[in-house]
Amino acid sequence: MKSVILQTATRLLFPLLLIFSVFLFFRGHNEPGGGFIGGLVGAAAFVLFAVAFGTEITRKLLRMDPRVMVGWGLFFALLSGIMSMMAGDSFFTGQWVFPILFGSELHVGTPLIFDIGVYLVVVGFTLAVIFALEEEDN
Amino acid sequence: MTILFSVLLIFAVAFVGPMAAKYLKNYSGWALSLVPLTVFLWFTGFIPEISGGSVINESYVWVSYLGINMSFYLDGLSLMFALIVTGVGTFIMIYGGGYLGSDPNLGRFYFSVLLFMGSMLGVVLADNIIALFIFWELTSISSYLLIGYKHNKEDSRKSALQALLVTGSGGLAMLAGFILLAIMTGTMEISEMFTQSGIVSEHPWYLGMLILVLIGAFTKSAQFPFHFWLPGAMAAPTPVSAYLHSATMVKAGVYLLARLSPVLSGTIEWTYIVTLFGAVTMLIGAWLALAHTDLKKILAYSTVMALGTLTMLLGMGHEYAVKAVAVFILGHSLYKGALFMVAGTVDHEAGTRDVRFISGLRKTMPFTATFGCIAALSMAGLAPLLGFIGKELVYEAALSASVFPLFLITAAVVSNIAVVASSGIVAIRPFFGEYKEHGKQVHEAPVSMWIGPAFLSVLSIVFGVLPFLIDGSIISKAAASIAGTPELVVSLSLWHGINAALILSVVTFASGVAVYMVWNKFRDSKGFQGYDRWMGEGPKNGYENILAGVLNFASVQTRFFQNGYLRYYLLTVLSFFVLIVGFTLFTKTDVSLMADFSDISFYEWTIALVIVVAAFAAVMAGSGLVAIAALGVAGYSISLLYVLFSAPDLAITQVLVETLTVILVALVLIHIPKFTATTSTSSKVRDGIIAGAAGTLVTLIVLAVLTVDFDPFMTDYFAENSYVVAYGRNIVNVILVDFRALDTFGEIVVIGVAGVGVYGLIKLGKSLFRKEEGKTV
Repeated sequence: MKSVILQTATRLLFPLLLIFSVFLFFRGHNEPGGGFIGGLVGAAAFVLFAVAFGTEITRKLLRMDPRVMVGWGLFFALLSGIMSMMAGDSFFTGQWVFPILFGSELHVGTPLIFDIGVYLVVVGFTLAVIFALEEEDN
Repeated sequence: MTILFSVLLIFAVAFVGPMAAKYLKNYSGWALSLVPLTVFLWFTGFIPEISGGSVINESYVWVSYLGINMSFYLDGLSLMFALIVTGVGTFIMIYGGGYLGSDPNLGRFYFSVLLFMGSMLGVVLADNIIALFIFWELTSISSYLLIGYKHNKEDSRKSALQALLVTGSGGLAMLAGFILLAIMTGTMEISEMFTQSGIVSEHPWYLGMLILVLIGAFTKSAQFPFHFWLPGAMAAPTPVSAYLHSATMVKAGVYLLARLSPVLSGTIEWTYIVTLFGAVTMLIGAWLALAHTDLKKILAYSTVMALGTLTMLLGMGHEYAVKAVAVFILGHSLYKGALFMVAGTVDHEAGTRDVRFISGLRKTMPFTATFGCIAALSMAGLAPLLGFIGKELVYEAALSASVFPLFLITAAVVSNIAVVASSGIVAIRPFFGEYKEHGKQVHEAPVSMWIGPAFLSVLSIVFGVLPFLIDGSIISKAAASIAGTPELVVSLSLWHGINAALILSVVTFASGVAVYMVWNKFRDSKGFQGYDRWMGEGPKNGYENILAGVLNFASVQTRFFQNGYLRYYLLTVLSFFVLIVGFTLFTKTDVSLMADFSDISFYEWTIALVIVVAAFAAVMAGSGLVAIAALGVAGYSISLLYVLFSAPDLAITQVLVETLTVILVALVLIHIPKFTATTSTSSKVRDGIIAGAAGTLVTLIVLAVLTVDFDPFMTDYFAENSYVVAYGRNIVNVILVDFRALDTFGEIVVIGVAGVGVYGLIKLGKSLFRKEEGKTV
């Protein structure tokens, strides 16, 4: 199924969705959003691309096998917990630093790394399943 | 260096093992042996301190609110075991490098064997029972990996699984026993339990706890009727047999009994159960050795005999017995480790280790033959080797036993007669007599393969002739730890004058020689083969029947519940839900419906109505696509409700999940049969009733929840601390990634596992299906 309308729209929507996904991801700290929601939007972007252009090109675009992405996600999440242990706290106790960038104070901590892990797991899982199902049809 | 560091060091090197095998090739065994050697030397540094009467405690907080610590306790007993584990381990690394040499999986061997070494070191040093349990199970797992080293042979895999299931299930029983023990004593540190033996033995749970702990110890140390896994484990490469299945892991059960002896022993239950199981194992194992011609099988059964002897002695628990335990453990580790390595060397060079086919190797393999013979003399219990002192002490202990001394001394002598004969078989058959041609040119093994037996067997002589080297420094305190009396002193000597034990030794040796002379005929006699079938194969067959029964039950119930029809899965799940939750709801709570519909605005009613209509539309739909669209409407409407009740995070998630679900289901729908093909009127009625019941029940639960007073403690806590502690204003997200990160972690692991499952079903399921089709056509 090749649709010119869908393909043209996807070319415009795909980068927007990705930016939106990252925006939601970072926004999650103070406003609705976060790794899970951001991950779902990110996955949706790639799914849209796959529907419009096929999974083969989308896999190349993604660069990483979605199954491997799930593994990295779990690794990052675990890493954030281990970092807390290294600092002498118990597993998954948030560790924070406050760098000042362009005059404003940033809050950077291990929950961010954890959330990156969640993001990757969600994207990886969704794409692994949907790609596999789509390829099944052909 | 700390004790924790010494354990972690070995674990860390385990991960370097494969690289060492790849880059250092023939030197890898020598290089890696430096690690256990370093740890061994470090532990020898403790000998003056420990023999001076002090003990060392080291503790790291782990899970403080459960009382679980990573704590270590170094006294005479654990020091002796630590020295055996690292000392024998040093030679095993050298020997393994030579024995497996060019094997492409050598790296995996190094990894597993070092993993085992670290775990075993942990077992003998741990003070906290949970830490001990974890190390204990790690030894089972690494043993599984090592027995199954030749994983392309079915026999190896089967033996590996057998050893894992027997020792692993025993370990679980032991964990239950440990928890009971912790409840009884109020502590998880073994060193704090020593003063509470009175409380423990008076406790009404004592017998139950004892049996559970004993199951753990007996399975690990291959006591009858669990002994069958040990000869099976001989499928492992010989370095593994020499290390795990003679010198170290199988002694973990004995170690546990010795360690807990001050807490648990002294009661009638302990004395009877432990002594008798030990004596029976000793007797049965010793004679089973003579039913075999495979060197490793003979050695394995004589190890079963040795473990039985140690258990019997621990059951007696008096002063002679604990002395005998300490000496026998050390003596056995030295000669049995050496003999296994010799058996492996013979196998490696001659191509077989069946004593019927090899003889006269002493000329071609002089070193191996010499050290093998020395070790065998120690096993036979001849002066002036350490084995002699050990056996004399066993006899003296049995003579002064408090319960059935006559039976125990008879059993000990009869068992040792068989051991003398076995020693003769392993020393004389391969090395003496006429050299037999059997196609393979036999050479002496490389130095890496006889240096281990050399050291261990020479130590058997040195410690035998000069027992003062070990009695004050190691044996005294080890025996004192087992007895629970720090002031116990052991002084060993070769010559005790002519006493009952010495006379029994002479009788044993003479009878053993006689048995050896008639062994060929005796072995093939019908009666003896029957004995092997009953005592050796019998329990193994019992295990296999149980295993087959479990698998059979699993497949029957799987076929019943997981019949492959998704709709029946849903049916089962919902029916159970309605029955169980409904039962609880109506019997345990008084359901009072306090629904107040007054302040519901019209748009909320409208959304609710849309949801209901959409749900019915989904049920009535004639095609899958319509149904999924209708469900989508219901889902989006629910997310609108979330918005109305100010839960934007939930609403966004719901919308996104709905969207992706529609895509997912659309992709799946193609493969699902038409609705009409699967629904008859009767099944529609049945489904309707169950769906209606489930819906009603959920509604009742939601209404019942409203009548429960809501405790705002957690909500307030999160609201107050979200920004202060976790620097985030979005409470939902802060809970997810910070406050309750462990839960989220569990959830994403589930997602990952589910992903693997789904992927497997899609990719693999189809190919399996195709194969089946191919078969039927």
